[in-house]
Amino acid sequence: MSAARVCGSSRFGLGLLALLLAAGPALADSSLPAADYANTQLRDPAKEARARDLMGTLRCLVCQGQSIADSDAEMAGDMRSLVRKRILAGESPDTVRKSLIASYGDYVSYDPPFSWLTAPLWLMPLILIGLGAWLARGSFTRRRR
Amino acid sequence: MIAEAGLAALWLAAALAALQFVMAWIGIARDRDDIMVAVRPVAFVQGLLAVLAMALLITLFVQSDMSVLLVAQNSHSDKPLLYKFAGAWGNHEGSMLLWVTILGLAGAAVAMLEQNLAKPTLIATLGAQAVIALGFYAFLLFSSNPFARLDPAAPDGAGLNPLLQDPGLAFHPPTLYIGYVGISVAFSFAVGALVTRDVGPAFARAMRPWVLGARVFLTLGITAGSYWAYYELGWGGWWFWDPVENASLMPWLAATALLHSVSVLATRDGLRAWTVMLAVVAFSMSMVGTFLVRSGILTSVHAFAVDPKRGSFILALLAIYIGGALILFALRIGTVRQGRTFDLVSREGALVANNLLLSVILGIVLIGTLYPIVAASFGVQLSVGPPFFNKAAGPVALALVAIMGVGPLLRWRRDDAHELIDRMMLPIAAAALAGAGIFIATGGIAILPFLGLMLAAGLAAASVAPLWKRNLRRTPLFTWGMVVAHLGIAVSLAGMASESAFTRETLVAARVGEPHRVGPYIVRLDGISPAVGANWSALQAHLSVRRGEDGNWFVLRPQSRFFASPPTVTSESAIATMLDGQLYTVLGAADGQGRWQLRLWWKPYVTFIWLGGGLIALGGFLSLLGRVRRERRPAYREGYA
Amino acid sequence: MRRGHEAAGMKRGILWLPLAGFALVLVLIVYALFWPADRTVKSAMVGKPLPAFSVAPMLPGRPGLSNTMFADGTPRLLNIFASWCIPCIAEAPMLLRLKKMGVPIDALAIRDTPVAIRAFLERNGDPYRRIGDDRQSAVQLALGSSGVPETFVIDGKGRIVLQHVGDIREDDIPEILAALEQAK
Repeated sequence: MSAARVCGSSRFGLGLLALLLAAGPALADSSLPAADYANTQLRDPAKEARARDLMGTLRCLVCQGQSIADSDAEMAGDMRSLVRKRILAGESPDTVRKSLIASYGDYVSYDPPFSWLTAPLWLMPLILIGLGAWLARGSFTRRRR
Repeated sequence: MIAEAGLAALWLAAALAALQFVMAWIGIARDRDDIMVAVRPVAFVQGLLAVLAMALLITLFVQSDMSVLLVAQNSHSDKPLLYKFAGAWGNHEGSMLLWVTILGLAGAAVAMLEQNLAKPTLIATLGAQAVIALGFYAFLLFSSNPFARLDPAAPDGAGLNPLLQDPGLAFHPPTLYIGYVGISVAFSFAVGALVTRDVGPAFARAMRPWVLGARVFLTLGITAGSYWAYYELGWGGWWFWDPVENASLMPWLAATALLHSVSVLATRDGLRAWTVMLAVVAFSMSMVGTFLVRSGILTSVHAFAVDPKRGSFILALLAIYIGGALILFALRIGTVRQGRTFDLVSREGALVANNLLLSVILGIVLIGTLYPIVAASFGVQLSVGPPFFNKAAGPVALALVAIMGVGPLLRWRRDDAHELIDRMMLPIAAAALAGAGIFIATGGIAILPFLGLMLAAGLAAASVAPLWKRNLRRTPLFTWGMVVAHLGIAVSLAGMASESAFTRETLVAARVGEPHRVGPYIVRLDGISPAVGANWSALQAHLSVRRGEDGNWFVLRPQSRFFASPPTVTSESAIATMLDGQLYTVLGAADGQGRWQLRLWWKPYVTFIWLGGGLIALGGFLSLLGRVRRERRPAYREGYA
Repeated sequence: MRRGHEAAGMKRGILWLPLAGFALVLVLIVYALFWPADRTVKSAMVGKPLPAFSVAPMLPGRPGLSNTMFADGTPRLLNIFASWCIPCIAEAPMLLRLKKMGVPIDALAIRDTPVAIRAFLERNGDPYRRIGDDRQSAVQLALGSSGVPETFVIDGKGRIVLQHVGDIREDDIPEILAALEQAK
């Protein structure tokens, strides 16, 4: 699939370890430090909480199934920085999520939007409860009134 | 030599499994007692041979025999002994062999220990067990041979993934496998009972200890896995609704429903169809789980062994076993007489609600996990993650917790709603008190954790309520088991809600000597120094930590660790566990200006999550002990749970 | 009595429901196994106009990059690359070939420094007219690109026509030329 793509997918940062140890592995990662707000919290706790909640729902695109809040990958850090900067600037989490979806499609959000395609998914709890209740009613004694 | 012996043992075991199946079939079909009698010893020897094969594989790993392909691919002579040992099952082929070994052992145990079940049903059970084993033996022998040779032998191994070099590796897979195999035994019982049309209390009593035992191990396995991921991955997350995590949760949900259902069948002769169905569902979920984590069709941070060919093999096994069982179910269950009926407001009613809600959660998790495939068939790439699962399954789970509080306080067959509310006064008061307390102390938190904490308080009160006014020394062990297990759920729920609502996070680029706050703690970076281990070297941070301005200083040492074979960097978190929570610290990268990235979390009461898990397992174990002791008493009486 | 029979008939049908459910799950799994989904992350911006951006030049003496520059009537390529990216080295000869055919190529350098870029261009050739400095990947994220190298075909009005993920190989060139042709 994306066999040609090697870069941007490393989970592990190199840091100063490569200096300490003679032969470091040849990971394809930029040697620049992380983006401004990748690992720095916003000063306003309410904004930081909103940003963190949003980060937990956004997918790291170069990882094997992690959110950007849980990933060491460089690109995840860049996305975290983007989210924090925009929340800092006053945008609502929903706006930021929508703009990332505009860039990458629904894949980037772990919260699938409600559409004709995902309607069965979101309605499944109700369907299952209804089906189960109907199946179970045979077990109950029918009271004579 | 050892490898060849192991392979020979494996072939022999497979042959015996085939013999076991054929003998069971003929014995039942022709009603030949002499053949049926011979099935038990065959099952016993088959189990022994499988154990021998596994023991030989472990020997090869411990000796670091690099002429065996599996050892060369997955081990290294520098590895510490524990991880050489555990490395035997830390790979695809070895873990499949472990599965088959435990399966064989379980079959042997059923053959030797089960005394109370009607003979045809027992033999049918052993036959079903043999069919399951055969499938996996075929898988091992034809597509995943663990004893394949490497010629010429490698000079040394490719090493084990350093993320798996952890006590968790030694503990997590075997526990889960014992759980899955226990479920397979329950499945075999269900199939056996369908074949001989013997779905009744006797079959339920035979099956119950296996379900209890399996579920104890599944609980332990999931709890251990969650804690392992929590401290290993370095971000403080303990559950992500990841496909592999879901794959282990689904059998647990089904096993929990089964375990309650089988009790009703054993003591009240109700819920016959539900019990058989749940046994089939539980087994199919464990097979689906085994398949999903090895097939590569879902992306997961925990997935391993991506090989589509192996995926197809397990898929075929899945289709045959479960399809066959479901066809048998549809054909036979209609002729099984319906058990007794009961009122809506009754303990049976609560247990039906319990089954129902657990099945709903199971359905949500299954469909959520597979939905990206559905979307892909329409050409859409979709991600389904925690936001969906929390919103969809969360409320159902909370409703289930409420039922869990009410159920043990209900009478069998028929009860009165008004009297019930009287009995529930204390738990309801506890929940209300907790809710008020949280609101006053915090001024309001998110709705799901809030409800979670309230319900946890109510459930805690409700779970000990059955002990009220009882002579504690004469209370049956399985009642204690129920109390402890339900209490465990309350404790675990409290931990989850607390972690979700009250975690404090501090991310900082720290200079040496600067203090930083996280929650009630002050953390100061004193320096970075090199550290060396058996097969790794690391940068270690020396953190001085104290609680508040006047606490005693203590030290935490998180590391950034570098492994040579294969070359990987991992972060080893340093965690301080207190009575009221954990302080979780991680060392990140340097920023080139003399500052080091530190990630610090204060997680109040997070340990309750796994403590609760342990309590649930303990409760199950007490129940198992109580049931087994009761069964062995000469005069058995039907009693209340 | 009749009600009992109806109930029995319905009950018989229900008994096959679990098998039907399982068959459905099996179908899904077989589908996923034998027609595996394409895991490459594609941009959702294909077919849409370029997002508004303006970045500083990476090398002095060469212009920087902004979206308005793409609306001048000529279709061109936008190459996302970096000096630390190994497949970008493999791709460089193909880009030079495209340049020789007269295709204008602009670039965004991701998380990079002028020194490293200069060295890269000296070693592997320089097919670019303009190189923008995207040090914190902000423009990359806005474009819907998730790694390096990637190449976008932009038409004369500044609309994204095609996204090529990964390095450009020899057999990718016809497709790119065709897209450029169509975008005129």
